[in-house]
Amino acid sequence: MIAVLVETDADGVLVVSQEALTFGRGLAERAGGVPLHAVAVGRPGEEPPAVVLAQLGEQGVASVHHVVDDRLTAYSAAAWAAALVDVAHSAGAAVVLAAGTPRGNEVLAHTATRLDVAMAANVVGIDAVGADPGDPLIVTRQVVGGAVLEQMQLGDTVAVLSVAGHAVEPAAAATATTPEVVEFSPTMTDADLVARVVRTGEKVPDASGALTSARVVVGAGRGAGSADGFKDVVRLSELLGGAVGVSRVVTSLGWRPHHEQVGQTGSRISPDLYIACGISGAIQHWAGCSSAKTILAVNTDPDAPMVTRAHYAVIGDLHEIVPAINDELDARRT
Amino acid sequence: MTDVLVCIKRVPGASGEVLLSDDGQRVDARHVGWTLSAHEECAIELATQVAGATGGTATVLTVGSADAIEQLRDALALGCDRAVLVEAETDRFGPVDVAAAIAEVVRAHEAAGTSYGLVLLGNDAADTGDFQVPVRLAYALARPVVTGIATCTVEGDLVVAHGDGPDGPETFELPVPAVVAVMEGGVAPRYPSVMGRMKAKKVAIEQVAAEIEPVGSGRVRLTLPPEQPSQVQVLGQGADAAPAVVDLLEELGMVSR
Amino acid sequence: MATVPSSARVVVIGAGIVGNSLVYHLAKLGWRDIVQIDKGPLPNPGGSTGHASNFIFPVDHSREITDLTLDSVEQYREMGVFTQSGGFEVARSEERMEELRRRMSSARAWGIQSELVSPEQVVEQVPFLDPSVIVGAFWTPSVGVVDSLRAGTIMRERALELGALQVVATVEVVGLDVEGGRITRVRTSGGDIEADTVVIACGVWSPALAEMAGAHIPLTPAVHQMISVGPIPQLADREGEISYPIVRDMDTFCYERQHGADMEVGSYAHRAILHDVGEIPSIEQAKLSPTEMPFTSDDFDPQLEQAFELMPDALGADGAEIRYAINGLLSLTPDGAPILGETPEVKGLWSAAAVWVKEGPGVGRLVAEWMTDGPPEVDLSHSDIARFYPHQQTRAHVRARTSEAFNKTYGIVHPGEQWSSDRNKRLAPMHASQQQLGAVFFEAVGWERPFWYASNEALLGDYGDAVLPREHEWDSRWWSPIINAEHLAMRERAGVVDLSAFAIFDVVGSAAVRAVQHAVVAQTDVAPGRVVYTPVLDQRGGFRSDLTIMRLGDDHYRVVTGGAHGMVDRKTFVDAMPADGSAQVVDLTSAYTTIGLWGPRARDILGSITAADISHDGFGFGRCRDIEIDTMSVLASRISYVGELGWELYLPMEQGARLWDLVLSAGAPHGAVPVGIGVYATTGRLEKGYRAMGAELDSERTVPEAGMMRPRVKDADFVGREAYLKQRAADPATVLCTLSVDDHTSASGQRRFMLGGEPILAHDGEPLVDGHGHRPYVTSAGSAPSLGTHLLMAYLPPDQAVVGTQLAVSYMEERYPVTVATADATPPFDPTNERIKGEQ
Repeated sequence: MIAVLVETDADGVLVVSQEALTFGRGLAERAGGVPLHAVAVGRPGEEPPAVVLAQLGEQGVASVHHVVDDRLTAYSAAAWAAALVDVAHSAGAAVVLAAGTPRGNEVLAHTATRLDVAMAANVVGIDAVGADPGDPLIVTRQVVGGAVLEQMQLGDTVAVLSVAGHAVEPAAAATATTPEVVEFSPTMTDADLVARVVRTGEKVPDASGALTSARVVVGAGRGAGSADGFKDVVRLSELLGGAVGVSRVVTSLGWRPHHEQVGQTGSRISPDLYIACGISGAIQHWAGCSSAKTILAVNTDPDAPMVTRAHYAVIGDLHEIVPAINDELDARRT
Repeated sequence: MTDVLVCIKRVPGASGEVLLSDDGQRVDARHVGWTLSAHEECAIELATQVAGATGGTATVLTVGSADAIEQLRDALALGCDRAVLVEAETDRFGPVDVAAAIAEVVRAHEAAGTSYGLVLLGNDAADTGDFQVPVRLAYALARPVVTGIATCTVEGDLVVAHGDGPDGPETFELPVPAVVAVMEGGVAPRYPSVMGRMKAKKVAIEQVAAEIEPVGSGRVRLTLPPEQPSQVQVLGQGADAAPAVVDLLEELGMVSR
Repeated sequence: MATVPSSARVVVIGAGIVGNSLVYHLAKLGWRDIVQIDKGPLPNPGGSTGHASNFIFPVDHSREITDLTLDSVEQYREMGVFTQSGGFEVARSEERMEELRRRMSSARAWGIQSELVSPEQVVEQVPFLDPSVIVGAFWTPSVGVVDSLRAGTIMRERALELGALQVVATVEVVGLDVEGGRITRVRTSGGDIEADTVVIACGVWSPALAEMAGAHIPLTPAVHQMISVGPIPQLADREGEISYPIVRDMDTFCYERQHGADMEVGSYAHRAILHDVGEIPSIEQAKLSPTEMPFTSDDFDPQLEQAFELMPDALGADGAEIRYAINGLLSLTPDGAPILGETPEVKGLWSAAAVWVKEGPGVGRLVAEWMTDGPPEVDLSHSDIARFYPHQQTRAHVRARTSEAFNKTYGIVHPGEQWSSDRNKRLAPMHASQQQLGAVFFEAVGWERPFWYASNEALLGDYGDAVLPREHEWDSRWWSPIINAEHLAMRERAGVVDLSAFAIFDVVGSAAVRAVQHAVVAQTDVAPGRVVYTPVLDQRGGFRSDLTIMRLGDDHYRVVTGGAHGMVDRKTFVDAMPADGSAQVVDLTSAYTTIGLWGPRARDILGSITAADISHDGFGFGRCRDIEIDTMSVLASRISYVGELGWELYLPMEQGARLWDLVLSAGAPHGAVPVGIGVYATTGRLEKGYRAMGAELDSERTVPEAGMMRPRVKDADFVGREAYLKQRAADPATVLCTLSVDDHTSASGQRRFMLGGEPILAHDGEPLVDGHGHRPYVTSAGSAPSLGTHLLMAYLPPDQAVVGTQLAVSYMEERYPVTVATADATPPFDPTNERIKGEQ
């Protein structure tokens, strides 16, 4: 069977976990119709919410391993991994997978270590399943911030892999199922509970929160020229009620604060509109902004990656174009 | 007093277009040079902060070729006190092997009298993105580990680490010795000062060979994703394009009138 | 994808400082339908201009470079992008102070205000500099920084306003088409452009562009490391980009230049890091820009320490970090000079490459003039692309010489300094014999030429102090008193000189007379067997060359010229040939060697090995003909560049060693000695007042000014004739004179000898200015052993150009009295040329 670690919130199964389920189902079908199982961490004394069960059924999940244990009320990667290992052993998993979230990757790293097998992070495709059970699995995964694909061979016992965001679109199975719910309490030691969350703070909409939740982000890069070169960009973001986002080089040079950084190592944004001014579009940055619904690039170089990947572009110097846009906005308002 | 070990990796710099070696086994860094992952730059900053606050030392370690001494010196210039190069053919090393090689050094240093209360690493390497070395290292050393950490301090016998969780900012408290994987964003990495750089040059670097038969990374080959044909619609050149831009903004419903 | 127009009057490839200045000046000179393209985006397409440190120190030992710089500064000022900061070149050693004194000579010669100052005076303006590290400095108040990108934009805009220009960015040249030796088309990623004039102004990429057309631009991309340290509170406290003078730390080959709150430290001290053009990344592949390559910190570490030593307070300030560090690419050439002009390989294809920001606008203006009317106002002969011999265009030569020169960027380079790399590549046939004679070889365009022979050391005992010994190490570096001993032996008996480095080419064909007549000033429609010495002028009447021409037959001339200008002269003649092929140039440089035999005993010596009639009546001066020497047929030409009776003997290269041995052994009983180029090019020439191309003669000088007017001007038309006639009719604005040094004693009591380039002042030290507004300087300097004096040549204001006028020369910041010895071409030695005539 194939076990998928599922993360949930108040709305049910996270979209990324749904993607992982769809990905896992595809793999199960290719392997000759092996069953798809889900593993979800729940609260002691509570059934899995109906919405979760419905979503899992939609994905064709046969069984849900519902982990319930008092010790798991606070997140601990080692404890979650202990649960996955138990499932893998008890139900005979050939593949253990999860969404490539920070938590997914962390739990899988523990799981792979405990199972003493290899792990593939951020997988986007399966290249070879193998004719016989036990044949190595060959996957393609994202490396170098998504700019490069690596073909990787996994070990011959249990394959552990995380699924990169957007690797597949979540899709319903041809036939919905009614998943069987198997409650269980994993085998854990005290050591598995040492590194666990002792406090969770309030989600505060801080500055970077404003950036990740903004409908419009106006970005600027090296093309701004200096710390003083952002005033028009800031003004445009104010006129549109949006946030300012910058490329890594800008924070590196100390021109703008780090919480404004968009990219693989900064904030990943998915606004309705991203206006990228003077940003060439290095892969690190693209990784953070590619989910924007519409991208408008302003750049002197029509061949810059940001321009060729954008939906709309204006060619020229941001210091001429952005003030002109601001003036036009002002003019139309009055 | 906490002696900190911070583990770094020499990785290719970033650009808009990545080049691969002809055999598809590695990224060709000839135009972009070599650097550290951003996560590791923050880990170095945290390492020097913790060492400074507790009166301990910060040792930087890398597993790689002799060329990686360049990155060790960069870390020394940022305030690390000592440096260790574990010489290895990194192409043959997977995350299991890197973790084992680091664990060997930690044990050897412990035997020699330096025990690291805190081992810091980057959350994942900018090139291979395995997300595993910190966790595998922790198991090899039988120490607690937490990943995705933005800031951390050592308070007595506890490592207090903060990161972002799905429900809000999370705090972990781990007994020392512990392993922490750092994610960029909590601290601003520094650039070297002139004096730091001068000091770094004079530090003797400990060089050891990795006594490991590597299990490898499972890499078959690297490829570049197919470039999507550009669909861009050019609205105009220079300031003259402003009306077209504002038309678009209105069309997308971005302008409140 | 940008697209280009289908045709243009001229295509300028490149939108860096050079391409931008060029399109502006072309437009200003009336050109229209100019198309400028660049593969990068504007205003910074990613070349070397984009990361330049943008500062300008105007004083250079080279007059040509100084003129280009001063013109550029003028243009930057006019555009409002020049900020004057002043600049110090600081010395950490006494040896460097001496070099700075020599720099003062150049400053005085070119009329640039500078002064030597104490460490305390430096600290007054640069308070964060540690004065204990330095011993003094050279202060130039007119040093400043420019905004080269803004300047480029302004110049493009001006050309656009004139309706002369179309700019297309982000198109890449993929091919240059050549038909019948002429450029016809630029093929680009955005379409083809038909054009018969194309300029390559592509900086480090230029060699690859030239190669597309089968031409050569022999430069190499090379790394110059630069870091930026900041923020530094001392700098941040003052407004603006630059408020402290720029400091060049000459002995460590570094500079410190304020840029806002940051200090940029640049270095020419690291190992030479050369790249091939193919190794430069594309814009997409580059980390920053294609010419800002990844920094290699190990190479810079030693400089970091030296910079810190000089400015500990600034570079060690709290919070100051190394925030930006690059291996910036710039263009280096094998001889350090730019590469300008029409390529000799392809008509209509021009180069404007290997130019620094400090020279960019000046180069743009002058190359535009060159493309419009022929020769530009300022002499650019040292930068002429036609100067390179084939071996100098090879990648290996470029790499060797630029590697050697890189660390000399701020070095103390003696005017006589020889290259150590890529030597022993062009060897005369008698080279083995010369080695046995202990020749000390100097290099000229690849040729190894004996400068003097150790075998003549014994002559020093014969002549004693008549060899004018030099006490100071600098004055005697790359020099030997043996040169003067050889000189005296030649004047007394005879000397044998290897002249293999001559460039030799024949002009043949039915139209040879017309073609040669049109190319040169002197009457060349002479009887076969005559030898003619003649200037070659450009359209403005400036010197293009001076050379000798032998008429060997009705439709056959042989042109002989100095090796240094051989390739430029060849291009001049090739360009002068009729299109129908009725006259052609045949290069014979590698076919013939030349041996000079001169001195009072020359006729006796030659007579002992030939049966030919070489008496004065049988072989007069200025004649040439084949004679037989043993079993060799030798073309003998009775002329002299040293003022003695004698011949140049031309024969096939492979027989050169034999004739050399024969002449030496025949000469031995007569006391003949082998004589080096030290005599031929300096002492012998100066005593006779002979002018040398590149020293006294260049495109800014005229025949009347050089004192080389002949009584008549031939009727036949020739290049520059009209200008020359006008010059003859006017009073010269400046006059070439020979001066003798009256007293060599310096303040320390040591006798000093000038080497060239020094300013000539009034007796009381006041500067002189000639009719062109130029200050006089020494164009050539050297011993005159037969006169027992040291001679200088210089162009003087006409009112000073009077025999007997007492003036002064400034050398290493001391003044020495000099007297005008001749104010025309009259030889200081043997003024009536009795010796050459050799009539007895």
